[in-house]
Amino acid sequence: MTEVEPAHSLAPLLAIWLPIAGGILISASGVPGLFLSRRSAGGEGVSAALHILGATAALAGAVLSLGSGSPAVLDIAWGLPLGSLRFELDGLSAVFLPPLILVPALGTVYGLRYWRQSEHPTTGRKLRAFYGLLAGSLVLLTMARDGVLFLFCWEGMALSAFFLVTTDDQDREAREAGWVYFAATHVGTLALFGIFSIVHAMTGSFGFDPLPRDAAPIGAGSAVFFLGLIAFGLKSGLMPLHVWLPGAHAAAPSHVSAVLSGVVLKTGIYGLARVTWMFPHPPMFWGAVLLALGMVSGIVGVMFAIAQHDLKRLLAYHSIENIGIIVMGLGLAMLGRAMARPDWIALGLGGAILHVWNHSFFKSLLFFSAGAVVHRTHTREIDRMGGLAHSMPVTAIMFLVGAVAICGLPPLNGFVSELMIYLGLLRTLHPEGTGPLAGAAFAVPVLAIIGALAVACFVKVFGAVFLGAPRRDHAGEVREAPAALLVPMAVLAALCIGIGALPAGVVPFLDRAVETWETGPAPRPQSLAQLAPLGWVTAIAVAVWGGSALCMIGICRLVRPHRVARIGTWDCGYAAPSARAQYSASSFAQALVAVFRRVVRPREHSPRVHRLFPRRASYRSHIHDVVLDEWIRPAIERISRLAMKLRALQTGRVQIYVLYILLAAIALVLSNVPVIDLLRRMVTR
Amino acid sequence: MIAMIDLIAHVLLLLLMPPLLLGVIVKTKAAFAGRVGAPLLQPYYDLIKLFQKGTVLSRTTTWVFLAGPTVTLFAVMVAGLLVPLSGRPAPLRFAGDFILFAYLLALGRFFTALAALDTGSSFEGMGASREVTFACLAEPALFLGLLALARLSGGLSLTALLGGQVGGAWIAAAPTMVLVVGGLFIILLVENSRIPFDDPNTHLELTMIHEVMVLDHGGPALGAVLYGAAVKLFVLSAVVARLMVPVASERPVIHWPVFVVSMLLVAVLIGVVESVMARLRLLHVPNLLLGACLLTGLGFILLLGSSS
Repeated sequence: MTEVEPAHSLAPLLAIWLPIAGGILISASGVPGLFLSRRSAGGEGVSAALHILGATAALAGAVLSLGSGSPAVLDIAWGLPLGSLRFELDGLSAVFLPPLILVPALGTVYGLRYWRQSEHPTTGRKLRAFYGLLAGSLVLLTMARDGVLFLFCWEGMALSAFFLVTTDDQDREAREAGWVYFAATHVGTLALFGIFSIVHAMTGSFGFDPLPRDAAPIGAGSAVFFLGLIAFGLKSGLMPLHVWLPGAHAAAPSHVSAVLSGVVLKTGIYGLARVTWMFPHPPMFWGAVLLALGMVSGIVGVMFAIAQHDLKRLLAYHSIENIGIIVMGLGLAMLGRAMARPDWIALGLGGAILHVWNHSFFKSLLFFSAGAVVHRTHTREIDRMGGLAHSMPVTAIMFLVGAVAICGLPPLNGFVSELMIYLGLLRTLHPEGTGPLAGAAFAVPVLAIIGALAVACFVKVFGAVFLGAPRRDHAGEVREAPAALLVPMAVLAALCIGIGALPAGVVPFLDRAVETWETGPAPRPQSLAQLAPLGWVTAIAVAVWGGSALCMIGICRLVRPHRVARIGTWDCGYAAPSARAQYSASSFAQALVAVFRRVVRPREHSPRVHRLFPRRASYRSHIHDVVLDEWIRPAIERISRLAMKLRALQTGRVQIYVLYILLAAIALVLSNVPVIDLLRRMVTR
Repeated sequence: MIAMIDLIAHVLLLLLMPPLLLGVIVKTKAAFAGRVGAPLLQPYYDLIKLFQKGTVLSRTTTWVFLAGPTVTLFAVMVAGLLVPLSGRPAPLRFAGDFILFAYLLALGRFFTALAALDTGSSFEGMGASREVTFACLAEPALFLGLLALARLSGGLSLTALLGGQVGGAWIAAAPTMVLVVGGLFIILLVENSRIPFDDPNTHLELTMIHEVMVLDHGGPALGAVLYGAAVKLFVLSAVVARLMVPVASERPVIHWPVFVVSMLLVAVLIGVVESVMARLRLLHVPNLLLGACLLTGLGFILLLGSSS
């Protein structure tokens, strides 16, 4: 026993120091490579090794912390005038860490082959340096408990993400996406300044701490909440604030897209969870606002996704959809806190956090496999792919796993987290005298539509990219992705399958997070193990895997090889079938886009046929982002046009400027003269 | 003992009865047309024949082509185990299992549509596109109907929603029940590609939905497709049948025959609808589905009003 004692006292120290040390190590992982020459490939190995070492340390610390009951704290006096160096790893921070550590670490392995130094001599070193900085600041960010420290980490993340999006800075599209992102993220930072100033005015410190009811009046509290919604909504891509997201995800290298979509967005969710954690007594409308925003984001996100032609843009819009689902869970938890309903809190927040994990895993899996496809076919246009399941069979299976998971279908992980949110929403149906709250049940059919639309979208993507015949000639020469790309995918696919089959394994972590988050007066939340039918989920997953495998074996027995004839696809006897006559992704989506044309507003350029023998014609359709291209860009253009009018003042003549100085001096003198007083005296004499 | 009998009867009916419904529908339509029609058991003969045949596979296809029918078949089978066919508790039941029910159907749809796209045929692409499009509009109608039933029954499992309490629900909220049954019947028709959404007997690939998705399947694979479609028809018909004939009894000799008769009634009803209606233009299908959403949604809203 005496030997165990020191280990016990060591555990909290390790739990805080390991993630910090790991975070710093990851941040610095790309630095040694900067000192090597452009031609040298040594930096790649060093940065990957350092990154993985740091990730292992950080992950160990996070698991230690999740295992122990109490939060680990590190508070050091800081020489700077503002704030203090305070890190704390409680249940809420720790539960976000595993995906935040794991996905970038897998991405760095992927990057070894995807963005080789020898193939990208000018950008490789820069990419790795900022990639490490991004991944490291993510880890430190979730633990920072002081406002100023948080802002440092936040800016570290935001700026390195900017340089990653613009990795390919010769590309005009990447530069533009980078600038939109840059502007968006700094609007968010401005809102963060607002939050910390208000909190400082209320409590006298910049720290994140739960605010007692009397310290947080409803007005100031709501200001903090809505500023948080802007800052963290911008980061996580919540619907009207998502403008930077599709472009940035599409332009970045694929492993960076995976990190942006799988992980960086989640810091916004972490921020929302942390800000709401500060208010034990929220008014009910906060929860309602979150729930409504989540629904809008979910539905509109997936509608836009269906209409996309670019593989990575499409996946980016799905991130908006999934963030919507997560925010719906968070909104339900807020309603639960306002109504003192522990079961809503547990199912809503637990489901939201599990969806954070799940989305990190399946979305990174999808971006990794999409990246492998882009790497081999050199295009992101879905309609120029096709038939890749023949040439890239393993990548196809990986993408399929991700697709089934993101649609929330059993037996994979997406189903488990959506089921929890569904169950929580359904619980708003029954209590006596619900009044307006029964309206929350309308989120159930909304979630169902989101699920059905996601199915439609991923049938389209998988079908158009991997199935059918290649739509271009050289698509037939495409080879399977190399092992360095496939291994990270396999790890993520295994996680998707594992969580889908055995959710009980992660539920203790979720319970810890829910307990930490619940600072309000509601009774102690029950364990999710009692609220959600986890045993049934496992049973169904095993049954679906086993049963489908058995049916597959059965049908393969029946389809005897010697009685199989191989012919061409039935084409109604058409004499000259061509792969280009296949149903394309755009035509597949056309029916749905037509149903939602009021929201999505597709632009179509179709040829007019006005003679008997029509000439060559072409048809094009494209989808704008309604918020960015129809609201924000015109508004900014109008503002800059107004600002241009001010240029009339700047003539460039020195005499005119001297006149301005003179006028200003007169104005200053006059401002000291009590004009009103003088006038009054003149009138009254 | 009774539980054992119920379980055996449930599984046997789920495995064996589905093709009979197709036979009844065809017979009903023949009666309306003044023909004798195919034998009642013809679907069984067809399946037996198909499972013994050889296979023709397109050169374009991959393993997904065979996974389509098999995953779909198994998914609808599991969904069938969640429905309390005779009003007695279903073999699988837990709070929120109706979400699993809907998602299993979606899993089946996902793989059927993928198998269709695997052939690279534009006809099958068209069918898959229509299938997923209409499903998007049918899904909210289904969920709103189930929400109304959940609110009425106070439970969250299909056994609670469709079990012994349905009779009480009719007495307590008849208008809602009428709306929900109407909405769910429309869902039954669209999910199984029946008239007025799709004509299973049409000869033109361009106008089909489900049949065109499986154009290239043959032999045992086609057998699995047809059998899976029959099971899906059976499962969704059972939901409607439970709501229309809400008999609850403790004695297997009463509730199982009642169930079989009510299923046959639903099949006859489908046959009647198919005989007296024409297929809708595809462009008008979304409107009818929105109508179904309105029906079930209105049923749900009526309940919210009555409670407060």
